[in-house]
Amino acid sequence: MANKELLRRKREQLIEEHGVIYLDNVSKAYSTGSPALNNVSLSIGRGEFVFIVGETGSGKSTLIKLLLRELKATSGSVYVMGNDLSRLKHGQVPRFRRNIGVVFQDFRLLTDRNVYENVAFAQRIVETPPSEIRRNVPTILATVGLAGKYKAKTSELSGGEQQRVAMARALINNPSILLADEPTGNLDPRNSWEIMRLLEEINESGTTVVVVTHNREIVNAMKKRVVTMKKGVIVSDEEGGEYIDED
Amino acid sequence: MKISTLFYTIRQGFANIFRNKWYSLASIATISACLFLFGTFYAIVVNFQSIVMKVEEGVSLAVFFHHEEGPLGDGCASHTPGQIPTDERLEEIGQMIARRTEVSKVVYVSDEEAWQHFAIDAYGEQYAVGFPENPLAGENNYEIYLSDVSMQSALVTWLESLPEVRDVRYSQLTADTLSGANLLIAYVSMGIIVILLAVSIFLISNTVAIGISVRSEEINIMKYIGATDFFVRAPFVLEGMIIGCIGALIPLGIVYSIYNYVMSYVIDRFPMLSRFMNFLSVEQVFHTLTPVSLAVGVGIGFLGSVTTVRKHLRV
Repeated sequence: MANKELLRRKREQLIEEHGVIYLDNVSKAYSTGSPALNNVSLSIGRGEFVFIVGETGSGKSTLIKLLLRELKATSGSVYVMGNDLSRLKHGQVPRFRRNIGVVFQDFRLLTDRNVYENVAFAQRIVETPPSEIRRNVPTILATVGLAGKYKAKTSELSGGEQQRVAMARALINNPSILLADEPTGNLDPRNSWEIMRLLEEINESGTTVVVVTHNREIVNAMKKRVVTMKKGVIVSDEEGGEYIDED
Repeated sequence: MKISTLFYTIRQGFANIFRNKWYSLASIATISACLFLFGTFYAIVVNFQSIVMKVEEGVSLAVFFHHEEGPLGDGCASHTPGQIPTDERLEEIGQMIARRTEVSKVVYVSDEEAWQHFAIDAYGEQYAVGFPENPLAGENNYEIYLSDVSMQSALVTWLESLPEVRDVRYSQLTADTLSGANLLIAYVSMGIIVILLAVSIFLISNTVAIGISVRSEEINIMKYIGATDFFVRAPFVLEGMIIGCIGALIPLGIVYSIYNYVMSYVIDRFPMLSRFMNFLSVEQVFHTLTPVSLAVGVGIGFLGSVTTVRKHLRV
């Protein structure tokens, strides 16, 4: 018990000093080719909204995979919510991931289940009592503007609506961090903006939001912190920054 | 684990079967086909073994003892000198024979009974006429039935070592032929059953693996959201076990019906056959076949899903 309290305090201290996401000289090399990440250091504080931009092959996806502990760093340390991910055992990963909401470009919904079930699923995983699930799911669906579509099959929804379901699923367990990997990649401009506004609202409620994107227009318009990556290194990190062109 | 999670897992296990109905049907069909072949072959083999066993049970040997000179006078080969057993010793030898593992039954045949059996067979009911004395006096013997004919020579060697024993009558050729046939059936059936089981295990586990692999995306999503390995695996494992169970019950039902029908047909049409051949009842066959088929179906469903899901859990 005393050990757990000590660990919790240590995590809190790490978050205070380095933020909820902290990469310390992180490199990641795959068995073939040049390293995907090369001595990357990055701190993201509690409640920040950060864009991570860069061309294909710049290391953005590897960064997201490291933050989700899908991959382990070859060298350096990755801390998320004060957890040293290199020390996390396989059995501890699920509990860790419950602190992180994740949204993908291709939505990744369970296509054989309806909207309600897709969102409720995230609560069932954390063993929320059924009565609470029945209360929470309609609330979060209302937040993302899908209150009337809870019975719909995901295949009957538009791309924008599917992404909202994915966001509802990511948010229902009140994660501290929301990772969005190209959330507007499959959406038209109108839906893209709606999703970005939703992400902004989520951020305003205190959740740290990290968005990986190629969408120059959105990045430049939103005036948030922009981390630009190129060939596995961070080439710029600016508050209120802009999407930097390759050339 | 909370009770609501347990119920959810069970519900999902059943729901998965209907969600992926084509995969479920394909898996059930594969398991059923494999276990049908296995069940049919098993029913044939155990009947074969039972027939051979019945023949074996009929194989007996007779052991004769030294006795005082009988009414036939000198010149009879059976009157060689030796240790004549007392009645108590004769009984003791009978008990010793009965205790041996290769012996299934021992019957004492007195010289009177021996003569009655022989005379009725040879001369009919009026046999006593012309035989005021028992020509087989002193030919009392033990009729020994074997539980394993391949052990006959060991028994004969032991019997012949007893000083009271005058003669042991047996057929080594019958014993050798039967034990050879028995061994051949055992090896062939064992080989075929092992091959059938191996093919079944390969086909069934592949079907389960393919069914789960096409749902690897679903497993990935669960893992990204923070599902534990158990939470992801449990519905798949339950689904695999249910499919395995259904896949085992269908061929069991079919083999049961066919076996019942064939047995009734054979017994009705060829009643002579059932006198010579010891066909097993459907209950005797299914006493072993049911648990084995269920264990194979459910076991492969369980193991196949556990190992296949494990491959996709490293996310």
